[in-house]
Amino acid sequence: MLGSAVIVFREVLEAALIIAIVLGATRGVAGRGRWVSGGIAAGVLGAVLVAAFAGAIADAVQGRGQELLNAGILLAAVAMLAWHNVWMSAHGRQLAAQMKQVGHDVSAGAKPLSALALVTLLAVLREGSETALFLYSLSASGAGSGSLLLGGVLGLAAGAALGLVIYRGLLAIPIGHFFSITGWLVLLLAAGLAANAAGFLNQAGLLPAITQQVWNSGWLLRQDSWLGTLLHILVGYSDRPMGIQVVFYVVTLVTIYALMRLFGNTGSRTVPAAQPSV
Amino acid sequence: MVSFRTWLASVVALSLLGSAVAQADDYLLVIKNHRFEPAELPVPAGKRVKLVIHNQDATAEEFESHDLRREKIIPGNTKASVWVGPLPAGEYGFFGEFHEDTAQGKLIAK
Repeated sequence: MLGSAVIVFREVLEAALIIAIVLGATRGVAGRGRWVSGGIAAGVLGAVLVAAFAGAIADAVQGRGQELLNAGILLAAVAMLAWHNVWMSAHGRQLAAQMKQVGHDVSAGAKPLSALALVTLLAVLREGSETALFLYSLSASGAGSGSLLLGGVLGLAAGAALGLVIYRGLLAIPIGHFFSITGWLVLLLAAGLAANAAGFLNQAGLLPAITQQVWNSGWLLRQDSWLGTLLHILVGYSDRPMGIQVVFYVVTLVTIYALMRLFGNTGSRTVPAAQPSV
Repeated sequence: MVSFRTWLASVVALSLLGSAVAQADDYLLVIKNHRFEPAELPVPAGKRVKLVIHNQDATAEEFESHDLRREKIIPGNTKASVWVGPLPAGEYGFFGEFHEDTAQGKLIAK
């Protein structure tokens, strides 16, 4: 039971952290609860479908279907996060000022919310389909359904709880700095997801690795440790990245940052000056 | 100038050679009772290698390797291919994420 709880927790973690960041980034925006929970519900539905057709997906496109689906989901999420950040760099300061003034949720329009609801959907879709396959695999192998269910629920609850802790931590940030910090979080998250997508495209044989291993920081922090896993999700930490992953990471980071500067308010103060250490 | 026939012949010869090489580079891993067989698989170093993973269990498994930077879900009773390398000589661990306590193995590139 504990084993299944740990595996479900690990799968749920990525989705939970992404949802926490999305909730942080939409702080103070009226109607976000509906959009985000809609995204989660649609993601769960999609995850069950993907799990049910896992065999067909794996066989598609000469056995590359799974890699392409993963890369597609990740890159779509990157695009939505980028769009959100660019929108926020143009409107974020105004939004924060408005929130301070009225002291309650403000209406920011449905556009940035729909982008982030889609990010939620994609995160739940990707991680949820693996969770569904795992739980199905356990139930098919005849593990007691009671303990299986309990393990799954425990893992899910623990993942959601950690997401909540991160979200509450975000809320402790003063509103004046809030959107620049969530902006950085979204930016690093997007870069990490892009690097992850590059890994899948390399696995599909569509991109060269350039070099198999740019560095090895496993002696310092193993990626499969808990802290390594957390940093992998949040900022794309990898202890042994391929060249192509580093390229995707840097290009995504620089591109989104440049777009934020380009579309930001003149003399853009919404873009933070100092980069947090990665 | 090379005649069309010579060109065609060499293309055919090369593609035959290519397919022969591709076949020679298939390495079979079987998942059975949540274990990899063989648990240690020798592969040539410095070459791109195709692993064919046959999951003979009824349940899905996720083939995962931090060393090889690969992760792939293999539904029950299906085969999947994973390309790796070219690898420098050495050992590369992999595991089945859904049954990590038993499903452990490594590639030995030499």
